[in-house]
Amino acid sequence: MTVTPIAQVPVAEKLTAPAAAKKTLTSPWASLAAFVIAVFWTVPTAGLLISSFRPEHDVKTTGWWHIFTHPSFTFENYRTVFSGTGETGLFPFIVNSIAITVPAVIIPIFLATMAAYAFAWMRFPGKDLLFIMIFALQIVPIQVTLVPLLNLYVKLGLQGQDAPAGGFYSLWLSHTMFALPLAIFLLHNFMREIPGELIESARMDGATHVQIFLRVIFPLMMPAMAAFGILQFLWVWNDLLVALVFGGFKIYPINAQLAALAGTRGSDWHLLASGAFVSLIIPLIVFLSLQRFFVRGLLAGSVKG
Amino acid sequence: MSTGEKLLQALIVVAIFFAVVTLILTLTSRVRSRAGELIQSMAFVLPAVGLVGVGLLYPAINSINLSLKDKYSTKYVGFDNYKTIFTDADLLRVLGNTALWVVVTPIVATLIGLIYAVLTDHARFERTAKAIIFLPMAISLVGASLIWKFVYDDRIGLLNAFTDTVGLGRHHWLINSPWNNIWLIVILIWVQAGFAMTVLSASIKAIPTDIIEAAKLDGVGGLKMFRFITVPSIRPTLIVVLTTITITTLKAFDIVRQTTGGNYKTSVLSYEYYRQSFQSANWGLGSALAVLIFVLVLPVVIYNIRQMRKLEAR
Amino acid sequence: MRVGKIRRGAATVAALASAALVVAGCGSSDDENGTAGGTSPGEGKAECAQLTSYGDLTGREVHVYTGIVEPEDKAQKDSYKLFTECTGATVNYEGSKDFEAQVVVRARGGNAPDIAYVPQPGLLKTLVQTKAVKPAPQAVADNVDKWFGEDWKSYGTVDGTFYAAPLGANVKSFVWYSPKMFKANGWTVPTTWADLIKLSDEAAAKGIKPWCAGFESGEATGWPGTDWLEDMVLRTAGPDVYTKWLNHEIPFNDPQIATALDRAGSILKNPKYVNGGIGDVKSIATTAFQEGGLPILDGKCAFHRQASFYAANWPEGTKVTADGDVFAFYLPGDDASSKPVLGGGEFVAAFNDKPETQAFQTFLSSDTWANEKAKATPDGGWVSANKGLDVNNLTSPIDKLSASILQDPNAVFRFDASDLMPAEVGSGSFWKQMVNWITGQDTKTTLDEIEKSWPTS
Repeated sequence: MTVTPIAQVPVAEKLTAPAAAKKTLTSPWASLAAFVIAVFWTVPTAGLLISSFRPEHDVKTTGWWHIFTHPSFTFENYRTVFSGTGETGLFPFIVNSIAITVPAVIIPIFLATMAAYAFAWMRFPGKDLLFIMIFALQIVPIQVTLVPLLNLYVKLGLQGQDAPAGGFYSLWLSHTMFALPLAIFLLHNFMREIPGELIESARMDGATHVQIFLRVIFPLMMPAMAAFGILQFLWVWNDLLVALVFGGFKIYPINAQLAALAGTRGSDWHLLASGAFVSLIIPLIVFLSLQRFFVRGLLAGSVKG
Repeated sequence: MSTGEKLLQALIVVAIFFAVVTLILTLTSRVRSRAGELIQSMAFVLPAVGLVGVGLLYPAINSINLSLKDKYSTKYVGFDNYKTIFTDADLLRVLGNTALWVVVTPIVATLIGLIYAVLTDHARFERTAKAIIFLPMAISLVGASLIWKFVYDDRIGLLNAFTDTVGLGRHHWLINSPWNNIWLIVILIWVQAGFAMTVLSASIKAIPTDIIEAAKLDGVGGLKMFRFITVPSIRPTLIVVLTTITITTLKAFDIVRQTTGGNYKTSVLSYEYYRQSFQSANWGLGSALAVLIFVLVLPVVIYNIRQMRKLEAR
Repeated sequence: MRVGKIRRGAATVAALASAALVVAGCGSSDDENGTAGGTSPGEGKAECAQLTSYGDLTGREVHVYTGIVEPEDKAQKDSYKLFTECTGATVNYEGSKDFEAQVVVRARGGNAPDIAYVPQPGLLKTLVQTKAVKPAPQAVADNVDKWFGEDWKSYGTVDGTFYAAPLGANVKSFVWYSPKMFKANGWTVPTTWADLIKLSDEAAAKGIKPWCAGFESGEATGWPGTDWLEDMVLRTAGPDVYTKWLNHEIPFNDPQIATALDRAGSILKNPKYVNGGIGDVKSIATTAFQEGGLPILDGKCAFHRQASFYAANWPEGTKVTADGDVFAFYLPGDDASSKPVLGGGEFVAAFNDKPETQAFQTFLSSDTWANEKAKATPDGGWVSANKGLDVNNLTSPIDKLSASILQDPNAVFRFDASDLMPAEVGSGSFWKQMVNWITGQDTKTTLDEIEKSWPTS
């Protein structure tokens, strides 16, 4: 049997099942249903976007749709968000977010791919049990881990301002730990789709596992890794809990800083609204520009049933 | 640290990571003895297993231990904390709410994701249409809760403006139980449907054409095609999506925390854990609630493992 | 374990890699007897007299963790300048909205800051139980004995050991109102409960709902309700019953407490009285406490019972004076002769005994700092129970009023009961049940439920 890299599974142009299903469904009802869902998904966000441009008093007293009947725009909220964060502005916190996110995405994905490879194509005792355990550990709520991990980091000297890299290690480590179970589970699903013959024949030719992993598997898994990378990026970027517990205030990500910005007890909706959009921009750009890889990556692992 | 230094540190840690991994892989791949495969496989899995063991397994065991102790973690009280959960009226309601969340969220989110994926497949604005549904995934749960405040708020909320206009009157959406639970669940569905849609859409596109051709020849079409061809073909993917969303639902506490603070009979297990441990400083009861979360997911885990076994067997 | 080694190895390598970049931290090790040695930069200056004994602290940092965030944090930071001048040490200020939960996690996790500003004695007790809090040094105890009343010292004391000196304070027994509205209607500030109700009825007769309130406060939703009940207990049952009640010497659901809650209900649950400019009775539960009083500015509400710190919640440009847009009067009791005052405050807990930490504790408990802080707070919204605070240093009229009430020898001050009760009640069932109460639950069930949740041990 010849081997086709699955990353290139051709997308049938004419005759996909849903397309056929749709043809009969294509009544105005089907389009209407899709349209209704799309509207339902957009309107709330649009409300927030509009609110972020409305003056404080308006935001707090009237609904955002009043802007269409009583137009009043202001950039004041954004100005406050950018200037009102102490002497430094928001920029350092965006940098912190990047410094936290980049390693916290790359490292767990690479580790997970390695582990997924071993679980799929290597033989060692206790393999099934280990895999089940890792899968099951997805369920541990992060809150449970906070105190034990903090104790550990303090003992290892990874916590606080005097720690190496200003305390970033505890954040990188935590995000890596929390990401691994789901990453291994999902990537293992993709990994198993790679035809076994590919690995068998390479083994026959005397290739080591490391060689197979780096030369054969890695390129094939690239799209799937990118797909999971996007999800992991979104989770780390939007995380608040881990940052608050393990991050010192000098390395807070933008999300934590924006949360603090909203006043002592947090009812400055106008500032929160603009803040939410500021922190949304980068993930949005990342997703939109990588959307192509995302779909392709998921396609690579698509299950043949 | 300056901006440059922070980014440099991020690059350094990635470089160190790859240097160490390369070193380990190179060293172990040299072993050609019988133990070679074992040593190599350990080099592949142990880093991940070790991290998961330290970061998740150890805290989980620690929680089980704490759940058997009193609120200051000073003496063992047996199963008293669990007894409290199953006898206290408020906590029983928390269990009921959690059950509602876990049943409704994954099913509805997956269903909407699936329907939308089918409806927009090869539509004219497919990419835009899909980006719209995915967008909420890119928003933090804190941001999402804020977005929905502008929907559910008594005075400035969209929902009240709508119901008022169509003659249904104004309501306290977040106060009136038990419906308020549904309104909160809607938020999580809104966030998760994008995940379901994207994964399922990819899976749908990969259904082999010959299956469809064959079905067509047999005169299968429309809804039947959806029911008998599309859904069975993507069944494994559906299970993965349902599982992932179920687990996310059980762990999500931000929505309840940001919207109702667990008031008006809306608390769920994950939020109650947070409240009991960090707010009321009752670590025994809090940990028991956390342990209950593990226990609840066990059936899901077992089901998945059996599915995987079945696939493997084929 | 292999992994551990790799990781630790990685950390070490990173440490080496960044060694050149790391700023030299604290170097000296002669920290015995609570001094760093050397000559203090403040030597010879009168205002630094208390701090010179800690030696030269130049280059050291004190990490302060608190729930006081923007915009109030600026005045805090500004008030530490003198400390840096006197000792050479700098203060690293970290404010977080999630302070209450996070500080417990950090203390339990062994990662406590040097100093935390604890807003509730109940939370202080929880922190002391983690064994992370250090008793206050003698210099601080002396300062507190000198400048604060005995009751304030007792709030910072757990099981007979004095840990935390008071920092700021607030007066909760205030009713916010619009002086303009009063003038227009020919009203005068009421001095008895009966007068207050008479004004409320008058306003209601004119078609405006006289009272507005908001209980929503995120995870702490319901606390404004506890303040209402506490103020009513002080007025209907008196300060002595209040103290017995908070110490659980009488049950939480004692008939006297039920009377007080019904008194609160006579306003809060009266659909003719609430919720001015916002909605019906239930809307109190979902209205953010910060927004609860805002309808006063639009003339849609006449009274809003809330603490002195509410001053910070009025929009920019609002004149907070006795003849301005809004001001507050003392919430009257049945007669004008007794004057119970409900209030709250923060306390300074230290997690180590390094000289810079103790120096900062000493500084904060002194009259010097109280006056520095007053001067650093031009917009108002801050007072202290420190008797050395010169009222003239306070700039805003509402702060002056608060300070004069706090220092009034005839006023009977009582600390916020919910802050003193065990955490399960004070920051648990009490909040939750007040929310249930305002959304329809009757008084008896409410108090019975809270009584049931009182910890037995």
